[in-house]
Parts: sequence; structure tokens; C-alpha cells
Amino acid sequence: MAAVGALSRIVRLGSRICKNRVTLGGNSQRRGIAACIDPSHGLTDEQKEFQKVAFDFAANEMAPHMAEWDQKEIFPVETMRKAAQLGFGGIYVQPDVGGSGLSRLDTSIIFEALSTGCVSTTAYISIHNMCAWMIDSYGNKEQREKFCPDLCSMERFASYCLTEPGSGSDAASLLTSAQRKGDHYILNGSKAFISGGGDTDVYVVMCRTGGKGPKGISCLVVEKGTPGLSFGKKEKKVGWNSQPTRAVIFEDCLVPVANRLGEEGQGFNIAMKGLNGGRINIASCSLGAAHASVQLARDHLLVRKQFGETLSNNQFLQFKLAEMATKLVASRLLIREAAQALQENRSDAVAICSMAKLFATDECFNICNQALQMHGGYGYLKDYAVQQFVRDIRVHQILEGTNEVMRMIISRNLLSES
Amino acid sequence: KCPRVSPVVTLCYCFVSPQIRVKPDNTGVVTDGVKHSMNPFCEIAVEEAVKLKEKKLIKEVVAVSCGPQQSQETIRTALAMGADRGIHVDVSGKDYENLGPLQVSKILAALAKQEDAQLILLGKQAIDDDCNQTGQMTAALLDWPQGTFASEVSLEGDKINLVREIDGGLEHIKINTPAVITADLRLNTPRYATLPNIMKAKKKKIATVKPADLGVDLTSRLEVLKVEEPPQREAGMKVETVEDLVVKLKEAGRV
Repeated sequence: MAAVGALSRIVRLGSRICKNRVTLGGNSQRRGIAACIDPSHGLTDEQKEFQKVAFDFAANEMAPHMAEWDQKEIFPVETMRKAAQLGFGGIYVQPDVGGSGLSRLDTSIIFEALSTGCVSTTAYISIHNMCAWMIDSYGNKEQREKFCPDLCSMERFASYCLTEPGSGSDAASLLTSAQRKGDHYILNGSKAFISGGGDTDVYVVMCRTGGKGPKGISCLVVEKGTPGLSFGKKEKKVGWNSQPTRAVIFEDCLVPVANRLGEEGQGFNIAMKGLNGGRINIASCSLGAAHASVQLARDHLLVRKQFGETLSNNQFLQFKLAEMATKLVASRLLIREAAQALQENRSDAVAICSMAKLFATDECFNICNQALQMHGGYGYLKDYAVQQFVRDIRVHQILEGTNEVMRMIISRNLLSES
Repeated sequence: KCPRVSPVVTLCYCFVSPQIRVKPDNTGVVTDGVKHSMNPFCEIAVEEAVKLKEKKLIKEVVAVSCGPQQSQETIRTALAMGADRGIHVDVSGKDYENLGPLQVSKILAALAKQEDAQLILLGKQAIDDDCNQTGQMTAALLDWPQGTFASEVSLEGDKINLVREIDGGLEHIKINTPAVITADLRLNTPRYATLPNIMKAKKKKIATVKPADLGVDLTSRLEVLKVEEPPQREAGMKVETVEDLVVKLKEAGRV
């Protein structure tokens, strides 16, 4: 652990963070958790503490606003900064630049818990974390010191720019060019579907400095306000509405060579390494939504009566709930195993992260969808949270590598000769 | 010049489930498998102690919890919020079932003398039994002044200014130290533990003691005869006229 002195110099602990006590009982979502799906099973005491803080924060600071942020499309900067003050801005970034220095598993646990409060906001926080980590891991001393502390405190926000209108799954075919001229690169091109685009300050951009294919791609950090950097219109989405999504446009945008992370040609590799962790994080967000949805469904079944008894007496629904719980726990175990594998840099890390993302995002979407069904007509109303969980996690099956691309990665691992 | 008082904060490890069930033998409430965590009023007490330390008005915050092994969780949370060290008073099994305010206050009184504490901060009551007695009894055993239901605390020299929430409104009192203070809802809003603080808390020490080591006798002066659920709400009755109502009320012995 870094010396406390250095840490306190870098991490700005501004205002005291306080809980907004909605009820004295506190975290009502956690009271009476059914034992078999309790997400704290198998965790160390310390991990349980992290989880507790995240759950409390989610219940008190996020859940009460989740619907409003979705309907009014609010990017909750203040709430995210509060989260950053607890250490959630750079969870797996090293402490010497303001991060919390935790493991991938700790991170997964935290995002799973935060997601029960608001999936969309948590997903953005995870993207922000991914960018901070990329700079932390591949940046040189100057870059780390320049960007990481502000990102960890969320004084500044980050966006990850890989996808383009013409290259999604085929990411290595990206066209945004970066021509070297003296001590600058001139960027031309555009990125699509960028989370946080337009509202964030630091853009981690994958662009072409060399020839075709992945080896010609480099990674540049572009700051908002750089001449030649502009944004498209804010997209209207089915979910993820608490984060703006815009195209990011480069027109003769001059970026200092000093902002390049790693070597020329290393960009694609950096992007993919970032995504391994990003996939665990996104899958963890799906997990939180599914967990919350199972609890909502369970509570509804215990209350709603039809045909003279509560829905919980109906065997079909009992069995359905059991299946949902089983898939939830299976997803959670696979994600946590993938997190461990990534942390230990195991040889199967990439494949298992893909498996976890594929399995968990699909299964958790089904769980949330089933939970909505169990609510009957009420499930379709925006007054009930379950529909927002469904809408918010639908995109997890698409971004950070579609689930089809996940299958490509896994089959390649199975079928390659070595 | 403010004295360096060293307070002791005591934490209740209580169950926090919305659905309480009475045991089939009517001897108590089911606690097995029910989620337990720190009493909310105790969280407020810890927060107040940590704040006083941050203002450099007190030297050290010691978090105390009485109960089985699992109650150490609450001490860890307190350490993550800023307490310096913890003391776990190990009480389990039958002794734990009989552990009430009288026993806890005897333990606290003994600990206070042992630790040479100047200030004891507790939650005003535990949300599982709602006794609201421990603070008061502890003060009595130590013959210390007490400031209960505190909604504001400030140290002034070797005295404490307190605002208490009472039935009639707010009461302002000034008490000497050493003293016992119990926290009410509006005293403060407890902080979230930060990730770095949770990790630092790992290095902080929790000492375990047994009540016998403190010379405390845990036998209960109370015997629980029976615990039962409140009577089921029965259907009401509609009457046509006021006269009918009076007749029915008389029949039921209500007037």
C-alpha cells in the first residue's frame, strides 16, 4: 500500500460523504435477502465490507433517482463524484495515482452491488474505470500523473472510443486516421455510440497510425476542448439514459504525441486488454440488475393474489423463480471465476471473460424479462423498476463485444491448433 | 483548552429483518439465519465519535460489541468508518440469549474503568428490542452524568453541551465529563466507509475478552415467560344508528 501521505496529497477528499437516510431501517433492498441468492456467500470479510458500502450507496444515493435519471436523461455527475470519493472512480487503478488498488473480483462485487441502484450509471462508472486503468497500465509516468488522479476522483470523466460507423464487431478495420506531423498527430474520422461522449473530458481513442489491421492501430488520449474535436447529436436510446451517447468527430484534430499510450501499433492490444476487464464489469452490472429483479419478482409473488391465493402458491411461478435464481447464481459464479482468472493472468483469462460476458448478459436479461412477466401488467409500467432493469441491460448483450463476437473468441480458443 | 478524552463507542449487533417470526415454542423470536448488522443508532454514535476525533477533541475511538463471533462484523464496520481499535466481548449461546441492557451496561462499566474512558457513546436504543436502557444503566453503574437522545453534541473545556430531543421539544443541558451520551436520529448522518478506509481497517486490532475476565455476572434478572404475536386483526362491524353503537360498545365492555 502506498504511504498515506502520498495518497492524501493526491486523492482529494473534499466534502464529507454522508448517506441520505431515506428510512431508518436503511437498505430496504437488502433486508431479508433469500439465503440462496445472497451475493455475499463465499466472500472474505473485507469483500463483504466493500459490498456493503456499495449496496448502501446504491440503495441510498442511486435507487431513489434511477427512474428520474432515466426519464429526464440526466447524467448524474454529483452522485458519481460522491461514488468516486468512496474510491469507486478507479477501483483497480493503482493507489499511487489515486486509485483504490483492488482486484478484479473486488471490482465485480462492487459493480454488481452498485448496479442494483442504477444499471446505466454503474455501467458508465465501469467504462470510466476501464479508461482510467488503461492510462494507469499503459501510460508513462507523465501521462499517469496527468490524467489518473483527476479520473479517480471523477474531477474529470472519461470515454472509450473504439467503435466507428463502419467498424463495430470488426473493430480492427477502424478508419480514424492519425497522421504524424512533428510532435503531433492529426486525427481525422469519427467514432460512433460513444458513452459519455460530449459530456466527458478525456477520450481514449483507438486510431490508425500505421497500415491496415490491428497492428496499425495506436491509442491516443484526446482532451475535450482540443480544436477539431466535436460531437454528434445525443442519441435517443431504449435504456442507458442516464449517460449521453454521441458520435465523436475528429476534423484535423491535433493531438500531442505525448498523449499516445504505449507504442505505435500497440493500440489494438491495449483496447482489447481494457475490454477483458470491461466485459467482466458489464456482466457484473447485468448481475446486479438480475439480482434486484429476482427480489422484486419474489416480493410481488408474495403479495399479489389471484384465484384466491398469492401467486407464490402457483407451482409454475415457483419453478420459474427457482430457475431464475439458479441461473443468477450460475452467472455470478462464472463472472467471479473470470475475474479471478484475469487477476491472475491465467492462460484462459480472455476466453473465460468472454464466456462470462456471453452467459451472464444473456441469462440475466432473461431473468429480468421473466421478472417483468411475473409482474403482469404492472411490469410494463414505468412506475415499477423492473422494466428499467430490462431496458438497461438489453444493450449489455451488444456492447463491449457482441455476444456473437464472444462466441468467436471462445470457438477460436477451442479450435486453434496450439 | 480541550481535554483529550478517549471515548468508547458501543455497538449493537441486532437483527434487521422486516419479517419477524415467533418461535414455535413461544420462548422468543427466530434469529437463526436472519440478517444481522449494526444498529442504525449505533452507526450514528460511531459517526459522532469519529467526528470528534477529526476535530481533535478526543484522542482515540474504541468500538465495542458484545455478542457471538459474528458481531465482530459491526466492529469492522466501525473501524472502516474511522474507529481506532475494537474490543469484542465474547458472549454466545444461552448467555447471548439472556443478554439484556443490564448485562451490557455492567460490561461497559467494567470496560470503561479498564480503558480509563472519558466518554461513552451509544445508540439510544437497539431496533430489535427497543429497550432504550443500556445508556442510562451504564451511567448509573458508573455514577456518571448522562445525555440521552442527543441531537447535538459539543465539547466545551471539560464539559459537554448537549441538545436532547424530548417530548416537549429540545432541551439544552451541560454535563461534566466523564459522561455517557446516547445518539438520536438527527445527531448526524453516518458516513459511508471508503474503500481505502476499509482496507486500512484490516490492520486495526480487535481484542477479544470474556465477560468473566471483566468480573461481570451475566445472569439475567428477567425470565421470559412467553412471546406471542399480536392478536390477529378481527373484522369490524357496521351498525345502523348511534344508539346501536352505544349498545354494542356497552356489550363489549368498552363504556
